[in-house]
Amino acid sequence: MRITSGDVPRRRRAVTLTTAGLLSLGLLVTGCGGSGGEEGDDGSGGGTITLRVGTFGSFGFDNKTGAKLYAEYEKLNPGIKIEETNVADGQKYWDAMKLRLSQGSGLADIQAIEVGYIAEATGEAMAGKFVDLGKTEGVDTSKFLDWKVKQATAPSGATIALGTDIGPMGICYRKDLFQKAGLPTDREEVGKLWAGDWAKFLEQGEKYKAKAPAGTAFHDSASGLFNAVVSSQPDQYSGEDGKLRWESSLGVMKAWDTAVKAAQDGLTAKLRQFDEKGTWNAAFKNSKFATVACPSWMTGIIKDQAGPANKGKWDIAQAPVPANWGGSFLAVPKAGKHTAEAAKLAAWLTAPEQQAKVFAVNGNIPSTTEGLKSEAVQNAQPEYFPGVPVGKIYSEAAQQIKPAPIGRWDGQVKTFLTDNGILDIETRGTSPEKAWNNVKKLVDDKIDQ
Amino acid sequence: MATSLQPDKGASVTAAPSGAPRAPKHRDPSGWRSRLYRIDLKATPYVYVAPFFLVFAAFGLFPLIYTGWLSLQKVELGGEAEWRGLDNYTRLVESDFFWNALANTFTIGVISTVPQLLMALGLAHLLNYRIRGRGFYRVAILAPYATSIAAAALVFAQLFNTDYGMINQLLGYVGIDPVHWETEKWPAQIAISTIVTWRWTGYNALIYLAAMQAVPNDLYEAAALDGASRFRQFISITIPSIRPTILFTIVVSTIGATQLFGEPLIFGGSLGIGGGSGNQYQTLSLLMYEKGWVTGALGQASAIAWVMLLLLLAIGLIQRLLSRSSEKKKKNGAARS
Repeated sequence: MRITSGDVPRRRRAVTLTTAGLLSLGLLVTGCGGSGGEEGDDGSGGGTITLRVGTFGSFGFDNKTGAKLYAEYEKLNPGIKIEETNVADGQKYWDAMKLRLSQGSGLADIQAIEVGYIAEATGEAMAGKFVDLGKTEGVDTSKFLDWKVKQATAPSGATIALGTDIGPMGICYRKDLFQKAGLPTDREEVGKLWAGDWAKFLEQGEKYKAKAPAGTAFHDSASGLFNAVVSSQPDQYSGEDGKLRWESSLGVMKAWDTAVKAAQDGLTAKLRQFDEKGTWNAAFKNSKFATVACPSWMTGIIKDQAGPANKGKWDIAQAPVPANWGGSFLAVPKAGKHTAEAAKLAAWLTAPEQQAKVFAVNGNIPSTTEGLKSEAVQNAQPEYFPGVPVGKIYSEAAQQIKPAPIGRWDGQVKTFLTDNGILDIETRGTSPEKAWNNVKKLVDDKIDQ
Repeated sequence: MATSLQPDKGASVTAAPSGAPRAPKHRDPSGWRSRLYRIDLKATPYVYVAPFFLVFAAFGLFPLIYTGWLSLQKVELGGEAEWRGLDNYTRLVESDFFWNALANTFTIGVISTVPQLLMALGLAHLLNYRIRGRGFYRVAILAPYATSIAAAALVFAQLFNTDYGMINQLLGYVGIDPVHWETEKWPAQIAISTIVTWRWTGYNALIYLAAMQAVPNDLYEAAALDGASRFRQFISITIPSIRPTILFTIVVSTIGATQLFGEPLIFGGSLGIGGGSGNQYQTLSLLMYEKGWVTGALGQASAIAWVMLLLLLAIGLIQRLLSRSSEKKKKNGAARS
């Protein structure tokens, strides 16, 4: 840099320069000494305690669009204030939480955990960092579905998290398209068509395809179908010991074969679920497919994406094989300042009465047997599905779920199998053998460190 | 480029950084006052440049070296590091995904950089002539550079959408079947290169234009008198005159292409990090990101970062050699004439 002097005399320039140099040095020194760590409300101010709840996606607790549970709890417990911090993307939320957990700072008093990551949380590296909620006053783990409790139990026997909701599955289908293709439209009959076997589901797909209305496919996505089939299997990605065994897992093979057949026979609309470009969302609106695997939370997505124009066209039949896809937990990190109060709040938020309130607003199916039986859930009747006993369908499906062992890497292996395996076959015509080997390579390369 | 900071006749003693008190007047002036003067003379320049080097050490050099140290370990986010030696590097060499990413980075780099620089040259040449609204055009070609990568990539991802995109619609009018811009390898790479080209052409054109402005006008006048066409002038006068600038833009674009990250990430949407279902457009930066933040293998991600650094150093070295040889040519040419 050449310094242009203009008409400043030399001496002045030297002084200015030195001063500037010293100034920037000073700035540097002070700039690096910024205080770290967040000093939130430590709860001692005026006798109120602020509890922070960290969530992702949509839990339906909040006072804005949810069941207003926080306001209710604050009324019941004067001196408690609740703040929620929400991150939309579950993967990003989890990565940030892991980092904070390892440092023991920046955590909320209650942290939500998705079922895909719960095995990682109960693993040896993390389990010790959460409070054992099984011993908390007001928690009765027998109220929860057995398998839901088991998923959140660490090898030491501690219950590190309490279940909020589960994802029992049905098949959502378009009555109008089924009628045009000559298939029955009554949900009982439709359910019988494929009861007990995914292969029967594909058979109906072939029938549909033979008389399909132009521009429609039977199912939305082969990778979505893969997820649905795996979710219905007792043998998934990991063994009882939590070790990966996806290559020899009967459940994974069954799901793979089913999804590959659906893709190769042209039964799918070749979409990727939840894709950020909204192609999948647009296909709901434009009626590009007749069926979609339908965990309870999917009904909300259908309502939002298919839009008012398709209201009343969707119905829900039972899945070929009962399945659970999704669901979450609440955990209390030991690093928090008010672990006792946080544990009490977590217990209250996941109690059957509160779960029923959340379901009424947000459609999250309760993870407690009482919650499942409650009037609110049994008689639920979302406006978008007129005449469809949504609550009954899902609470019945929930009773039949057979849980599978889960492991730390399940989420990642699932991503490789769907996004790099099935999707590659479906959209790029890759041979199944090649795609399978590609997934193997990916798992070896990206999981085993 | 350096400015010599020779203070004149002890004027800047007053500005000695030590802030030492003035020596009493009756003392021998050749003693410590002149020493102070010497210290001032020697130390002041260092004080001037220190801020930059301190910032660079904290935010440039330290991360660089720390990344190198990490690349010799097995380390997970928040976990304990475990010594691995060169294991991460040997694994890279054996990994298909690394070679695939390297090849993709290279092909996307070529497809995006070559047309980009050629178009920039042509544009700059046109803007170099007196045309109406020259100022407007000069601002307009810089507009893409001012838009954010994310916004541009989003818009292009919509345009290139296989089912609903405008480009496939237009092709449909001409009777061409829809191109699978996202799933097939070459269309996807071309689409991504389009985003890069759109964004950087104007920027490079302005750099060329600045260089062309410095070319003496009488050269063109003489050529015009000799009856050389505009194209001929461009080939024989403009290009040779701005050769160093061209070399500079090639290097900068190559560095940019090696670090390509945002465009394929956003173009791919949900599949962006993996670069498509078959990794058909995964670049080195994406692979590094995936290793670090999806897999959580920070050691392997650091190894990729260092490989990229070595690549860029190699490119820099080649550029040095090229510019040296071209300068030699110039000198020889000058000696001959």
